[in-house]
Amino acid sequence: MVNHAADIVVHWVQAGMATPWLVWLVITLMKCGAVVGVMMGMVAYTVLAERRFCAFIQDRLGPNRVGPFGLLQPVADGMKLFLKENVLPGHVNKVYYVLAPAITLFPALATIAVIPFGNRLGGEKMVIADLNVGILWVFSLAALGVYGIVLAGWASNSKYPFIGGVRSAAQLISYELAMGLSVIGVFMLAGSLNLGQVVEYQSHCWLVLKQPLGFLIFMVAMFAETNRTPFDLPEGEQELAAGYNTEYGSMKFALFFMGEYANMVVASAVMVTLFFGGWQVPFIPVEQWLGCSWLSGMVYIGCFLAKLAAFLFLFIWVRWTLPRFRYDQLMNLGWKVLLPLGLLNILLTALVLAGQR
Amino acid sequence: MAIITPRPQLTLAERLYLPAIVSGMWLTIRHFFVNLLGLKKKFTLEYPDEKCPPPPGCRGAPTLVRDEDGREKCVACQLCEFVCPPRAIRVTPEALPPGSRHAKIEKRPAAFEINMLRCIYCGFCQEVCPEEAIFLREKTILTGASRRELVHDKQRLLALGGSRPDSVKKWKDK
Ligand code: SF4
Ligand code: SF4
Repeated sequence: MVNHAADIVVHWVQAGMATPWLVWLVITLMKCGAVVGVMMGMVAYTVLAERRFCAFIQDRLGPNRVGPFGLLQPVADGMKLFLKENVLPGHVNKVYYVLAPAITLFPALATIAVIPFGNRLGGEKMVIADLNVGILWVFSLAALGVYGIVLAGWASNSKYPFIGGVRSAAQLISYELAMGLSVIGVFMLAGSLNLGQVVEYQSHCWLVLKQPLGFLIFMVAMFAETNRTPFDLPEGEQELAAGYNTEYGSMKFALFFMGEYANMVVASAVMVTLFFGGWQVPFIPVEQWLGCSWLSGMVYIGCFLAKLAAFLFLFIWVRWTLPRFRYDQLMNLGWKVLLPLGLLNILLTALVLAGQR
Repeated sequence: MAIITPRPQLTLAERLYLPAIVSGMWLTIRHFFVNLLGLKKKFTLEYPDEKCPPPPGCRGAPTLVRDEDGREKCVACQLCEFVCPPRAIRVTPEALPPGSRHAKIEKRPAAFEINMLRCIYCGFCQEVCPEEAIFLREKTILTGASRRELVHDKQRLLALGGSRPDSVKKWKDK
């Protein structure tokens, strides 16, 4: 499919029928479509995987009735949510109430644009936007994501969602700092903010080996960013009913839900890119074996997706293992442990770099 | 008086969380693979296909029974109707036709209805019945598409109840 479509584009160019910007537009739109499609598919199936895997962890079966092994469950869920009545409670602030779920999903979709998900496919770089400040884009959008939750909490005009929203804001502020500090080491080593170049820097040695402390802090911060256990205080269903999404139903709730999982996909993608060599295949010189062909391009994309899936599994695994932090523990961890450790990590990296000079 | 709860002093390893996290993750991943590969007997019953058999003596739906000769044992005394706490039972008595074999019983239920939406399975009806005519049986799964369907009438109650040997046979022709 992709191959064929790309051939058509190349054909256009040869025939002189298309100006370069039109080609660029078509190719970018194709990449956008493919990435969003794959991502939404991953979101749907991560939900299913989570439900089945948590069942296995808890010695249950999980949803296994719709289709073989329950594989059609996401379709059934989606259909159910679409058919639900779209309730707009009378006591909410209507505009923000409707806006909030969209704001939650949007940053996740926008962030994925700067993640390099493969090397090259037919000479085309496999990243939607090759920004040279890629990581800043990621961080600014990740910070935006919390607005959706805070807005949902506030617009719902009800107590539990409000507490959820406030908690989310407090949590984000505490962990954003640690997250920012933890990746500085990466960029000191790689010497660029462009994610593509960070990946290229890791062609010989994954950064997780050089920055284990940085990775640990980053991973913890990412769990906090995506509101996953053990940092799921904003929705903490045992204490806050369902936290910020208590007042939501039907597709609006589904958007929050998709947003959570899309954020998980993005967080995994960022971790893979920064610390686990992005699309690089470890130990195997793919290009030597397969040549610079479409095939090797696909192998790189496959490798990226495999690493992504591994991280998604980690997210699920952790969620069904760890209990939630108490609020003071959360704050302690963020401010008194992760923040100093982040600074220490920068100092160590700087010392080693200075020593190598 | 203030109550002071002593808090244990955590060691460094405990305060780091990491060893505890790793051991927890090890535990869950073991469960995950054991269940993924199906190495252990599963406990879950896949309900509509596999049902959990009710234990003997289980108090399920109240039903009417016949004796070995096929006689309806209920004599429409209405004691169960009066004792039923949620008033789930309605008995409409009628006289037995003269000349019938059991004419001396005098009454029989023309209609007997138990509303299963009201029944609380207390078993009082079974306990109070002087004729041992009403029994709670091991039928626990009651579903219906309408309320009307869940009001069991006499036919249904007798069908559910089946027959039960009568040890006393007090209405036997003497
Ligand atoms: S079991 Fe209890 S509630 Fe049900 S019909 Fe008998 S007396 Fe009434
Ligand atoms: S079932 Fe028993 S208690 Fe109820 S009316 Fe008949 S004989 Fe009387």
